[in-house]
Amino acid sequence: MIRDITLGQYYQKDSLIHRLDPRTKLVGTLAYLVSLFIFTRPLVFALAAVFLILVLILSRVPFSYMLKGLKPILFILIFTLIINMLFTRGTVIFSWWKLNITIEGLKQAGSMGIRLVLLILGSNLMTLTTTPTRLTNAMEHLMRPLKLLRVPVHEIAMMMSIALRFIPILLEETDRIMKAQLARGADFESGNAIKKAKSFVPVLVPLFISAFRRANDLAMAMEARCYHGGKGRTQYKPLKYKGRDFAAYTVLILYIAAVVVLGKLC
Amino acid sequence: MEDMKLIADHLVFQYDKSRSDARRALDDVSFVLHKGEFVGLIGHTGSGKSTLVQHLNALIRPDSGSIYYEGADIYEKDYDRKALRGKVGLVFQYPEYQLFEETVLSEVIYGPVNMGMDKKDAELAAYDAIRRVGLEEECIDQSPFDLSGGQKRRVAIASVLAMDPEILVLDEPTAGLDPAGRSELLEMIKELKEKEGITIVLVSHSMDDVAEAADRIIVMDKGRIIYDDVPVRVFEHINELEEMGLAAPQMSYLLRDLKKAGFPVNTDIITLKDAREEILKVLS
Repeated sequence: MIRDITLGQYYQKDSLIHRLDPRTKLVGTLAYLVSLFIFTRPLVFALAAVFLILVLILSRVPFSYMLKGLKPILFILIFTLIINMLFTRGTVIFSWWKLNITIEGLKQAGSMGIRLVLLILGSNLMTLTTTPTRLTNAMEHLMRPLKLLRVPVHEIAMMMSIALRFIPILLEETDRIMKAQLARGADFESGNAIKKAKSFVPVLVPLFISAFRRANDLAMAMEARCYHGGKGRTQYKPLKYKGRDFAAYTVLILYIAAVVVLGKLC
Repeated sequence: MEDMKLIADHLVFQYDKSRSDARRALDDVSFVLHKGEFVGLIGHTGSGKSTLVQHLNALIRPDSGSIYYEGADIYEKDYDRKALRGKVGLVFQYPEYQLFEETVLSEVIYGPVNMGMDKKDAELAAYDAIRRVGLEEECIDQSPFDLSGGQKRRVAIASVLAMDPEILVLDEPTAGLDPAGRSELLEMIKELKEKEGITIVLVSHSMDDVAEAADRIIVMDKGRIIYDDVPVRVFEHINELEEMGLAAPQMSYLLRDLKKAGFPVNTDIITLKDAREEILKVLS
């Protein structure tokens, strides 16, 4: 039941995109997301879509797998489309009761829809090709300048990677405890909302206890290995830009330039 | 047959359904559990034994195949699976981690109350169950979290036993216990079978745990049942068992080596007590 939920959904494969430095991918994704929102011309979207498809092919992640990532936002997508379609003023082309569909509305809905889809697919592509550990590692590196402002960058990154690491463990634990209580005759489905919420107490209490126990064990294990925070800490696999990363940055700059040119001139 | 309790019929189950090449956790598993039997279910980590026991009370639905409890298909749409879970009691691995109540008593009545027993009967059943697992009655008002590890586990077992199951399935009940706690617990389980006629399925990866008590041993490897026979017959396959990452009981090795060294001992012996008698007999 609960096993089906995927978070931090890394797709194991050996591809150029997988091998890129996580910082490159993070910066690239952010730049890509921004590029989607500067201009609204159809040609820009076409370029963005082509760019995404090219990266997708390079990443060797199956397309069907990518589409799965769209499922959870399907509702938001449809909702946005309808709202945009119905509540944009302009030239009315179709009207029924109090609802008017306008040319501007259709355009707005179309560009919003494409944006959302590209946005989700683009960020999914990053999480699919980068392990959570490498991603937080990249964030730590990119946030380094904030250290000057006394932001505990290393600690934040460490907290994030621990949290990410524990999500699958706690999901599995939840599954186990739920099954154990089902074996004792628990019923999580019938009854009204209050009864249902109450039926989860036998799951939540052991889950919290186990989370605290794990946190305690982990803290102990870290202390035993002399962990003392970020100061002077070296890394097992230090991030290092390679040739392919410079190539990727070049492609990225060319893409952004193309977007700006298309957006301004056409 | 009259005494048949539970029939597993060609069970197939796979965890990761998105990949057809993934290994099956259960691959065509069939067996029959008879009333009053003590079955040891043995397998290496990942052999599918925990997956199998979660089928026995319908916590997992197989991809194909089915299970019949007293003649009824437990995966039928209208089958009362909640009642089934009272009859086929399943004690999970490390069951002490599922405790949640403030007192031992309310912990143990959770199961029976869920089964629809009224509070008074449930409390009687709870007192009874606590006695049967060998806990002191004084602990009944204590918080289960104040008890020792071994006692917590007994509380968890009592909470299943209080539902008055006909089949009791225990998944690695001795994991993480000290030697004394281990033999006490195994003794307790044996008594449940002998005194009350409860059918027992004991899951373990240690042959020594089950060798003594089990009437029958099922050996699993890679989701399949490899052997299903009386202990002595199963332990004849020492080499095959070792290939699966298992081992025969210590006594089998000892007696085998003694025989190799020229002593006329009977190598079918598996328990410490019988082995001692046999060795003394041969030596005198």
